[in-house]
Amino acid sequence: MTMKTSTRQVDGIAIVDCSGRITLGEGSVILRDTVRGLLGKGQKKILLNLGDVNYIDSSGIGELVSAFTTVRNQGGELKLLNLTKKVHDLLQITKLYTVFDVKDDETAAVKAFK
Amino acid sequence: MTNNRVSYTLDSTLETVDSAEQAASRIAVEAGFAEDEVMQISMAVREAAVNAVLHGNAYDPDKKVKLDFVTNGHDLVITIRDQGKGLDPSKIPDPLAPENLLKTSGRGIFLIRSFMDEVQICPSQTGTEIKLVKHVPGSSGAPKEASQ
Repeated sequence: MTMKTSTRQVDGIAIVDCSGRITLGEGSVILRDTVRGLLGKGQKKILLNLGDVNYIDSSGIGELVSAFTTVRNQGGELKLLNLTKKVHDLLQITKLYTVFDVKDDETAAVKAFK
Repeated sequence: MTNNRVSYTLDSTLETVDSAEQAASRIAVEAGFAEDEVMQISMAVREAAVNAVLHGNAYDPDKKVKLDFVTNGHDLVITIRDQGKGLDPSKIPDPLAPENLLKTSGRGIFLIRSFMDEVQICPSQTGTEIKLVKHVPGSSGAPKEASQ
């Protein structure tokens, strides 16, 4: 399944609803372009909703890390929402679960942005 | 126990990565692995194929990726070979080290080791061969020839 993203605004936060696979190639590129596009518009508070992401490989993990550090380096915040078990487990074994700010409730996640 | 072998010779393309993953998933299901294990095996094969296509063969259209699956009732043994310069496993940084946590690459071999029961990386001047073993659940266990 191809990676797709759809962005909506809630209380000044860009919520990016992602679906499909974040893998080497198209999936990673779409995520990268989406985050860079938001930053280019001055949108520095980004919530990635991964609830419909059913697969992610090491390239996809790298792309999440890249998005996180890119946003942070520009003075913004990037959080993750609604991890599937597969993505949750991958972030656990790669020790990235505690690096990312992971939320499971959208309203609480939006309020958590500074 | 009869060995069942399936072999592929694939181009150095991203499509090969997807093909390898799909073949691994199908063969793992046929070998009797549970859903979680099928995902682990297919992801390990995907990561090994990515290494072969990108880092080994560097997308060179003249170089091939060879993929070999053997099931013997006890183990699923998967071998992926490329024709690159050879990967030195001792030079792979630990992706869990604090200084590497925020690196955007370097997790493929770690994931492979996490998901498979045995992993053997054999670099040479003519390429790298990586051998992955997953024990079939419920099997009594066969003598293992691949170990770290």
